[in-house]
Amino acid sequence: MPHSVRFVSNEIQETPLADLHVKLGAKMIPFAGWNMPVQYTSIINEHTAVREKVGIFDISHMGQFFLEGEGAEQWLNTLLSNDVAKLGVGEGQYTMMLNENGGVIDDLIIYREAEGRIFLVVNASMIDQDYAWLEKHLAEGLILSNESNAWAGMAVQGPEASAAFKTLFPERELPPRNGMEKWTQDNESLIVCRTGYTGEDGFEFFSPAESGSKWFQSFVDKGAEPCGLGARDSLRLEVCYPLNGSDLSPSRTPLEAGLGFFCALEKGDFIGRDSLLKQKEEGLKERLVALKYTGKGAPPRAHYEVFSKEGERLSELTSGVLSPSLREGIALAYLPLSHAKLGTLVDIDVRGRKFEAEVVKKPFYKKA
Amino acid sequence: MNIPENLRYTSDHEWILLEGDIATVGITDHAQEELTDVVFVELPDEGRSCDAADPVAVVESVKAASDIYCPIAGEIVSGNVDLEADPSLVNTSPYESGWIFKVKVNDVADVEALMDAAAYQDLIG
Repeated sequence: MPHSVRFVSNEIQETPLADLHVKLGAKMIPFAGWNMPVQYTSIINEHTAVREKVGIFDISHMGQFFLEGEGAEQWLNTLLSNDVAKLGVGEGQYTMMLNENGGVIDDLIIYREAEGRIFLVVNASMIDQDYAWLEKHLAEGLILSNESNAWAGMAVQGPEASAAFKTLFPERELPPRNGMEKWTQDNESLIVCRTGYTGEDGFEFFSPAESGSKWFQSFVDKGAEPCGLGARDSLRLEVCYPLNGSDLSPSRTPLEAGLGFFCALEKGDFIGRDSLLKQKEEGLKERLVALKYTGKGAPPRAHYEVFSKEGERLSELTSGVLSPSLREGIALAYLPLSHAKLGTLVDIDVRGRKFEAEVVKKPFYKKA
Repeated sequence: MNIPENLRYTSDHEWILLEGDIATVGITDHAQEELTDVVFVELPDEGRSCDAADPVAVVESVKAASDIYCPIAGEIVSGNVDLEADPSLVNTSPYESGWIFKVKVNDVADVEALMDAAAYQDLIG
């Protein structure tokens, strides 16, 4: 398979579902270079639909790469933080691509489709950079293809997601948690992955770009509420899933971000490992902590400043929202270890007013 | 779209009800529909004097914070404290229970110079 050519352009891109979003009443906004639905009816409605029933998100803006060749797993293991060797065929894992300093280039999910064939799903804003990074290090004999434009993607999430799948595909079973399956039906390649970004059960479904709208509409017809990026952000933040570019960055390591679980330091060498080992030995200076308002207050948002109770500026929020499920202000921020202990009180500055928040255990929201 | 005849409007989608020299200010039905899900309202301090177009309050949805401007020069008399307990009144009752603040206006002629319902209807199309 030839490497697909991707033209870099400053123009805002449309997913294959753009027309359908407008037809479904979406408000569209630019996000990571893409014109995306931020909401259809209301963020709270959509958020609640996912927590209580089922919602569907367009994730066609995300990137899809395929890596193929003998030894693909071993090579990839030198570029990613998690241990690819632990993946059986049909299994997926959350992992990170790090720079030499251990900073996060991107967080992604990889699935071992078959022996010597890996499916990678990367962040929309990082498609070109990730591809260039992998390509630069690519081992002889392996083929990396960027098929991002060929696929439409949608995340169907919520307690009723698997029932929606079952009605649409009565002959098929969803793969187990984190699993992946690819099959051909009516001459179309389809992929389903039991993963998501909401903290609910659900799956991510990929079809050829041209039939994306048909599939999205089919899930909507089965009861899935169309959901935009607004609800996607509030849902992921309630369960403390990081957002690359906000909570993760090339100058922060997974250890600082609390993602050490996804760094297999013992597996052998990978890019960034030495820096992580060194950081581990020297000890962390800051950690990404979960902050929750102790009372009512103006919604916390990214970039609001965080102060100690003594009035010292500590840092700024990397994410924040008034949690639709908890009805409380929740946020993430990198804080010095002196202020990162559970129960520590800090103040969040919102337009000059201070609202008290407490360092709490992650995640904010847990299924009852 | 509900645009009451008895109110005045600004291009920032605020409505103004003048009674004597007291103007009650809120955001229009159109504005609340655009914002959706109001989750927090920051009220102005009582007694604060303000010029026309000064940002005095903030209405926040899940996604964004929007400034609310004082439509006419005057002095803030009160804010709607009911919104502290239930900010969604701005969505459910934008012209009544969802009012945001009252201002004692310096010159009632300033209010009369604002858009009427027909002009506001033209603005939002």
